Amino acid sequence: MRHASTYLPAAEIADSVRRGERAAVEVVEEHLATIAEREPEVHAFNALTDAQARMAAELIDRRVAAGEDPGPLAGVPVALKDNLCTAGVPTTCSSRILEGWLPPYDATVVTRLGLAGAIAIGKTNLDEFAMGSSTENSAFGPTHNPHDASRVPGGSSGGSAAAVAAGFAPLALGSDTGGSIRQPAALCGVVGVKPTYGRVSRYGLIAFASSLDQIGPLAPTVADAALLLEVVAGHDPLDSTSVPEPPPSLVAGLDDGVEGLRVGVVAELMGQGVAPDVRRRVEAAAEALAGAGAKVEETSVAALAYGLSAYYLIAPAEASSNLARYDGVRYGLRVDAPTTATMNVATRTAGFGPEVKRRIMLGTYALSAGYYDAYYGKAQKVRTLVIRDFAAAYESFDLLLSPTSPTTAFPLGAKAADPLSMYLSDVCTIPSNLAGDPAVSVPFGTGDDGLPVGVQILAPALAEATMLRAAAVLEDAMLDQAMARAEATP
Amino acid sequence: MSERITAEDVTHVAGLARLELSDDELERFTVQLAAVLDHAADVEALDTEGVAPTAHPLPLANVLRDDVARPGLERAEVLAAAPAVEADRFRVPPVLGPPA
Amino acid sequence: MSDWETVVGLEVHCELATATKLFCGCRNAFGDEPNTNVCPVCLGLPGSLPVLNRGAVELAVRLGLALGCRVEPSLFHRKNYFYPDMPKDYQVSQYDRPINVDGALELPDGTRVGIERAHLEEDTGKSTHVGGGGRIHEADHSLVDYNRAGVPLVEIVSRPDLRSAEQARAYVNELRAVLLATGASDARMEEGSLRVDANISVRPAGFSTFGTRCEVKNLNSTRSLGRAIDYEARRQIALLEAGEQVAQQTRHWDEADGRTHPLRSKEEAYDYRYFPEPDLVPLAPDDAWLGQVRAGLPPLPAERRRRLAEATGSVPAAVAVVVERGLDDLVLGALAAGGDGRRLVVHAEHDLAGGTGALDPEAFAALSRLEADGALTATQAKAVLAELVAGGGDPAAVAERLGFRALGGDELAGAVDAAIAANPDAWDRYLAGDAKVSGFFVGQVMRATRGQADGKAVTALLAQRAAATPG
Ligand SMILES: [Mg+2]
Ligand SMILES: [Zn+2]
Repeated sequence: MRHASTYLPAAEIADSVRRGERAAVEVVEEHLATIAEREPEVHAFNALTDAQARMAAELIDRRVAAGEDPGPLAGVPVALKDNLCTAGVPTTCSSRILEGWLPPYDATVVTRLGLAGAIAIGKTNLDEFAMGSSTENSAFGPTHNPHDASRVPGGSSGGSAAAVAAGFAPLALGSDTGGSIRQPAALCGVVGVKPTYGRVSRYGLIAFASSLDQIGPLAPTVADAALLLEVVAGHDPLDSTSVPEPPPSLVAGLDDGVEGLRVGVVAELMGQGVAPDVRRRVEAAAEALAGAGAKVEETSVAALAYGLSAYYLIAPAEASSNLARYDGVRYGLRVDAPTTATMNVATRTAGFGPEVKRRIMLGTYALSAGYYDAYYGKAQKVRTLVIRDFAAAYESFDLLLSPTSPTTAFPLGAKAADPLSMYLSDVCTIPSNLAGDPAVSVPFGTGDDGLPVGVQILAPALAEATMLRAAAVLEDAMLDQAMARAEATP
Repeated sequence: MSERITAEDVTHVAGLARLELSDDELERFTVQLAAVLDHAADVEALDTEGVAPTAHPLPLANVLRDDVARPGLERAEVLAAAPAVEADRFRVPPVLGPPA
Repeated sequence: MSDWETVVGLEVHCELATATKLFCGCRNAFGDEPNTNVCPVCLGLPGSLPVLNRGAVELAVRLGLALGCRVEPSLFHRKNYFYPDMPKDYQVSQYDRPINVDGALELPDGTRVGIERAHLEEDTGKSTHVGGGGRIHEADHSLVDYNRAGVPLVEIVSRPDLRSAEQARAYVNELRAVLLATGASDARMEEGSLRVDANISVRPAGFSTFGTRCEVKNLNSTRSLGRAIDYEARRQIALLEAGEQVAQQTRHWDEADGRTHPLRSKEEAYDYRYFPEPDLVPLAPDDAWLGQVRAGLPPLPAERRRRLAEATGSVPAAVAVVVERGLDDLVLGALAAGGDGRRLVVHAEHDLAGGTGALDPEAFAALSRLEADGALTATQAKAVLAELVAGGGDPAAVAERLGFRALGGDELAGAVDAAIAANPDAWDRYLAGDAKVSGFFVGQVMRATRGQADGKAVTALLAQRAAATPG
């Protein structure tokens, strides 16, 4: 059953709530009803915060009644990836080691959402500590793709992507360390943005790999993703790596088109490993941009070929250090043992799943005496090359284009036994994280299997506005095609 | 099989990371880590002579805060999260084992 | 037996006197209730992030400049190892790019001790070991308080330029003086805000290569430091003389038994896996900032000692005490007001340990002049000084109120002769060369003159009388 406010644009919900035409409590109830219907099949959430959401909605309605403006996301339910700290609400990272932990503070993005009138509706499932590309590595069971429950939603923000795709919430926040927003967005047929590193405060985002992690929006449309990003972006004195620039204005210029923009299609990300049907969609997107007045050419960004290798040394290295604190001393799981050291071992061995252990081991190894230079040190230099080659490309192009994921959603369990094959599904998304540049995945039709395909638009640092304009053009092109099809159908 | 990493290496690394592996896991992890390191080895072929390492994608420096106190957390809340507490402190098993 | 030389380098960890911790706004305070100065950042809670304290950087730079270091662009690294008093299980510390490099500290005896680096890092929490008499090895369990976790430290690493326990103690005292002078730290060893580790080795005298060193920890006072160096040097020498080797080790000083003991290795060999801290950005104080900090630096102990010695012509030991007490400005002020430099220093060294109270430079100067002119004896001057400290006033007036006047030469001679006449046995002993009896006669004369005699003049007169006595 389709509920009145589900699948409505967030902006429209907020506008009607602010004008008093729609009650926030109704919006929340309608979304909770949708969740009640399909959540057992999808399993997007680790926890619903329905009680808090109802109270928050009431408060919004009271403020509207009192003539106040609760903000640009008034009454809009937002699903939060369960690695974002929410005061007094369990935050688990889908890990046994944090099960039951109640953060004593809110992440900066959560605070900003509250100030904008948004309503947190639940904490979404993820690959444990955001390590994965399928949301199968969750201690609490996998999330299923709303388009086909036998398929993965992608990951690690699979719960957030599935929640948006299933109409559980008009908006969701995810985190993206190597594609963890964009890849599930692509596989679930929604828009996902990885902002410039430092655009959105990481304060309260439970770290996976600190120099790569970035929070970003997932939404059904480019406009809603832009709206959510505007709300959460901006300098935060609590995050030393937060960029000092004022938050970007994104929604206002969204319809300005791509006339005259130079767009490069990245050869290195179109080759081996990319499924032919996915490649065809990217080519179609290139045509659509060209049709809207962009100058589109194929180009080479050579170092990107090495991005995956560098990433799978740097990210685990940082993770091995970031995850050391889960030692059974101060919070979370403790498995008792006779000494502190053996207690640490017992706790971590019981509390972490296999993928997390694998990455901790890989990262510990890459940093350890005798291997640092060959692995971590070398990867950092490759990172420099990736940045350098991107910079060179952006001398000739305003934007770059590629697939988001080499394939559409794959079946649950298909890659579980072979970590490397799973890692390869991040090949197109990783370079942006290494460079710290923004990228967006925008749905652009379907593959041969009828499942969503996302194309990725990459941009230089802080150029989110231009990037989202191009994404909006692709979105419009898809709408036009759909309308044309609808008209052609008798 | 790859020579990249041996079972002894994996055991040593597990010790550094405070993890314990079953025999089964040890075998599986050795193979899997070797595969990832083999793949990562393609960066070895790359000439990075004279290339500076990048630790961080941002060109920021000197991010500082003023030396002004801010309220912290309530002790009761902090200790409520702890697995074991005694005398308002976090209780842990002995830090070193009994004398050898 | 060959001669051995002890070689010592010190690593001093010192808590900076900031209002807040290094990476969060929690109070940096000693002695508060456990776990009350904590927040998500210094507890290492998931999702928390560090932000560097400008005040800590400034104090580190002050110290660096005071030690003559170059202040360089620096970087924080993570030092990874598991320990329950370290909330994140890594310590954020400066590794290969420290903020201060290549300085020196000049000791009161003129020795220059090289400073390799003085870098910023965060402190750990504090563990209490319960059961087993509080000893870590025998404890039943441990309790952790994170109030200290994240407090800013500078680690000051000296070059191995020290050659004795005494010199090592002098180094720590001098470093404390610099820390106090710059306001960088309150440098209290007893509260743990200053902690010293010693790298100790020995080598045959005259050799330039270094022997194998041991790092000795748990030195909680300069006394322990001295004892530990002496013990450890003897231990190493004994090993080498027995034809054995010194093993490179970390050793623990046991104050109770006066020995060092090897620390049990902590489960696994250390491999700290240093890598750049990705949650922080580089630190590069610009010239304007450095200039500002440099301009705000007070004169440092070595410079103050030099200035005082030059101005007063006093001996280094006396000058060192006066500077250590912070009385050099008073002395120099009194000197400028016409005081007698040497006498001012003597009083500052011996008679002002309890403070200067109401004493002002002019009165101090006037007092030293009365003494220099012979109007007051040293003993009388001391008494007047005590009055000036207690209540101020004009020294001449105070002396008069106390009934002090210097005895005339004849009066004094008369008193000495009277004392000799009244104590013939003692005089015989004096003549026989028993020097101790001199003190007895001075006492007698003092009593007879109600303290108005000058002890030195009495001693001189006694010697004169003895020389004049036929043998
Ligand atoms: Mg240190
Ligand atoms: Zn704190």
